[in-house]
Amino acid sequence: MTQDFVQELGQELGEELGMEDAAAAMVASQPLLQVNELTKHFPLGKGLFGRSAGVVRAVDGVSFEVRAGETLGIVGESGCGKSTTARLLVDLIRPDSGQIILDGQQVGPEMSVREMRRRMQMVFQDSYASLNPRLTMEDAIAFGPMVNGAPRQQALALAHDLLFKVGLEPRRFAGRYPHELSGGQRQRVNIARALAFSPKIVILDEAVSALDKSVEAQVLNLLEDLKGELGLTYIFISHDLNVVRHMSDRVMVMYLGQVVEIGPVESLYGNAAHPYTRALLAAMPSMDPDRRTMEAPLAGDPPNPINPPSGCRFHTRCRFAAPVCSAQQPPPQILRDAGHLTACHAHVPGSGHPGLESAA
Amino acid sequence: MTAVSIEKLATVEKSPGYWAGVARRFSRDPVAMIALVVVVGLILMAIFAPLVAPSDPYRTSMLRRLRPIGTEGFPLGADELGRDMLSRLIYGARLSLLMGVTPVVIAFFIGSAIGITAGYVGGRLNTALMRTIDVFFAFPSVLLAIALSGALGAGIFNGLLSLTVVFIPPIARIAESVTTAVRRIEYVEAARASGASAFTIVRVHVLGNVIGPIFVYATGLISVSLILASGLSFLGLGVKPPEPEWGLMLNTLRNAIYVQPWVAALPGLMIFITSISFNLLSDGLRSAMDIKA
Amino acid sequence: MSTPLVDINNLHVRFHGQRTVHAVNGVNLTLAPGETLGVLGESGSGKSVTLKTLLRLLPENRTQIAGDVRVSGVDVMALSGKALANHRGGVVSMIFQDPMLALDPVYTIGEQISEGVMRHEGASSREAYARALEMLTRVRIPSPERRLKAYPHEMSGGMRQRAMIALALACKPKLLLADEPTTALDATVQIQILLLLRELQRELGMGMIFVTHDIGVAVEVSDRVAVMYAGQVVETGSVRDILRSPQHPYTRGLLAANLHGAQKGQRLQAIPGAPPPLDTAPVTCSFAPRCPVKAAGCDAGPPPNVTLAPGREVRCIHALGEAQGSAAN
Repeated sequence: MTQDFVQELGQELGEELGMEDAAAAMVASQPLLQVNELTKHFPLGKGLFGRSAGVVRAVDGVSFEVRAGETLGIVGESGCGKSTTARLLVDLIRPDSGQIILDGQQVGPEMSVREMRRRMQMVFQDSYASLNPRLTMEDAIAFGPMVNGAPRQQALALAHDLLFKVGLEPRRFAGRYPHELSGGQRQRVNIARALAFSPKIVILDEAVSALDKSVEAQVLNLLEDLKGELGLTYIFISHDLNVVRHMSDRVMVMYLGQVVEIGPVESLYGNAAHPYTRALLAAMPSMDPDRRTMEAPLAGDPPNPINPPSGCRFHTRCRFAAPVCSAQQPPPQILRDAGHLTACHAHVPGSGHPGLESAA
Repeated sequence: MTAVSIEKLATVEKSPGYWAGVARRFSRDPVAMIALVVVVGLILMAIFAPLVAPSDPYRTSMLRRLRPIGTEGFPLGADELGRDMLSRLIYGARLSLLMGVTPVVIAFFIGSAIGITAGYVGGRLNTALMRTIDVFFAFPSVLLAIALSGALGAGIFNGLLSLTVVFIPPIARIAESVTTAVRRIEYVEAARASGASAFTIVRVHVLGNVIGPIFVYATGLISVSLILASGLSFLGLGVKPPEPEWGLMLNTLRNAIYVQPWVAALPGLMIFITSISFNLLSDGLRSAMDIKA
Repeated sequence: MSTPLVDINNLHVRFHGQRTVHAVNGVNLTLAPGETLGVLGESGSGKSVTLKTLLRLLPENRTQIAGDVRVSGVDVMALSGKALANHRGGVVSMIFQDPMLALDPVYTIGEQISEGVMRHEGASSREAYARALEMLTRVRIPSPERRLKAYPHEMSGGMRQRAMIALALACKPKLLLADEPTTALDATVQIQILLLLRELQRELGMGMIFVTHDIGVAVEVSDRVAVMYAGQVVETGSVRDILRSPQHPYTRGLLAANLHGAQKGQRLQAIPGAPPPLDTAPVTCSFAPRCPVKAAGCDAGPPPNVTLAPGREVRCIHALGEAQGSAAN
């Protein structure tokens, strides 16, 4: 999928710039992380003899890239596979198939998982469950460097540095246990722990979702500061569209294990192409008492990813669904600008779909 | 309500560790403290039996058979062979505690090792280990202990061995379930994402969080073990006469229940006190270890 | 003016346990019949505790409650026995964040709804089942006849939430208490439930108190909003007033932190620090340590509760000038 659109992208650019320039442009903008056709299916009800009642298609052919220094937001509802994608990236779950290319090297054949994890770290949603209740904060942060060979004293010094960096005074917090800290403080420690590897990419999986709004804002500011200071790249996963909009340069929308739309943040929020993205945006509570939401954009719950619908997975809830939608999976289609892609038949000329405007 | 008074703790540089907190909470629990005092007292009594006991627990006297409680020179009466009950009860603590505690201690190490391995590795190894353990669960523990002792023959060592075998399965099962639960918590995932080996993760992140619950469960088993050990002796499968052991004493005195009911009940009372103390100790430990965020 | 549906006067709630927690410290709230009040606050602000007092759901042995709580003029704190049973579910009903707390996993949805109707209204089992069916239709559960015989675990998250609402409204309560009922739901389902509650509230003419931490959600459902902080109501007013001219610095901070319309790259105006621990009752303004406009008088004593207009109150020293200004006009 990505290969195709990279080629298409190259061709388009080629027409504009001339082929040599385009090739040069592609090399210069080589993504920091490239994910190709990542897939993970979980078999259900694994019996004694390995028979299975069905498969959860948690992540199904997901491709995207992350450029150095940007923040890629990933949004979607429960069961869309955004958290599974994060866990696949750092190999907490082994993918069934697909490639992860970090810094131009494919993880597995060209780069060890250990080396990949040094460059790509993750912060989880539950700040309390993420910290071992028996370890002090300095030990929790120093654990990673120590298992990677750093001497204890050096690792502890690093831990103190990092505590200071995330806004927790080391003298006060280094010796504390998780239950003595507030949720926001614990999440700062989790961020510090991820930073102990000097990673290039930090994956933030709903990292601020459990925090109170006022604390959430503090942590978001911290993340922005750290990004600037350390030159980090973020993959920011959240169900909160406001937060994603604030944090991200580009946003990827997932539905039932697949990418339905990806594009620059303003283009995607201002001009959403996929009916699902539009529904998600329309479902955000209004902040204007005189313009309350009058109609729910979608009916029912998101279907679960066991035996998902054929063709476009959204067609069962889509008000623009045409016969082609249940028959064929839509290809990724480049929209207005080259970075904005969507997988929807309505945007593919000649697909047999009458288009969003006429169907409405 | 998770807010912790930060300002108040500000001067404290090093927080007291988890176990210090457990000790503090435990010491504030009056029931658990009484149980602890009783248990420690019993252990001291067993160790220093020769110093504490007023007379020789083996010296029989046909003249003084089955004296009531309060007889001069026999404060707790005399048994069916005229031996001093008080001394026999004190000496009895040695064998009874040995038979009660040792199997659980050994089973704690073996069972935890099996359970934690099964729980952390998961998959086929877990299935293989735990199904084997399940086979032992098919037998009631009393029956299993009696069958094993019967097959191995009477004697202290065989009694200990069969009780150990009886207690490995329940401890392994508990260890497996708490380890499986801990393995799914995100700090273990975070440790995996840091590239630590399975052994390091178990040592640093799993062991400290599962050993507490397993330990509490095991202390609870001591009372069961005491009663089972006494039962074996009662049936003639454990300790042999004339050794003083509470279960055995209960057996040999049972004919005297109509003559000197209070004397005959004394070994039973000791078993009861010991086992309830271990149980209350275990309960106290459990609530002291239970930290809420 | 007729009797308010809810009248809470100077409510104090204190929990005893290993630590004493002053959860609610002098809350005053009123609700007119048919009105929806949104109670906005962060975790530990006392919003859920206030709500539970209206149903007397707090554990009696560890809780010390002082103050006056009336629903339709009835003193809730004095209720006991049958009157309390009738109050719960018959007059006041509650829905929760997790429907599995409210639904019994071993009974079908139909059995649970009809059981309540039979108990509260003495209806026959046939009437009660008819009511259950009517309620499931009302909350727009597709194929309600089939769902009557379904168990909670057989339903999806949004469907369970609807079933819980049907259960809560089966006896036509005058007051519905909603404790973050949409927080655990996906965005596209959340808006469906909010619209449903808004509609049912209008149809049945009941009063509703909706507790949430999400300003957007409060705006969608409420007529009036009360903002809570550290066990006190710091500001009340109509949704429009709260949103367009927030007076209390905490409300302002909360609005700024909510990110609606925040621009990429712009620094968020976060409220520094964290809420106070509440192991002692507040004697001064609880927000003062975090307040960007803290003045000398803030530490002197409790902040004044300033009434700017009917139903528009602010608990802040800075509101005094505001009130005089508007009085002069």
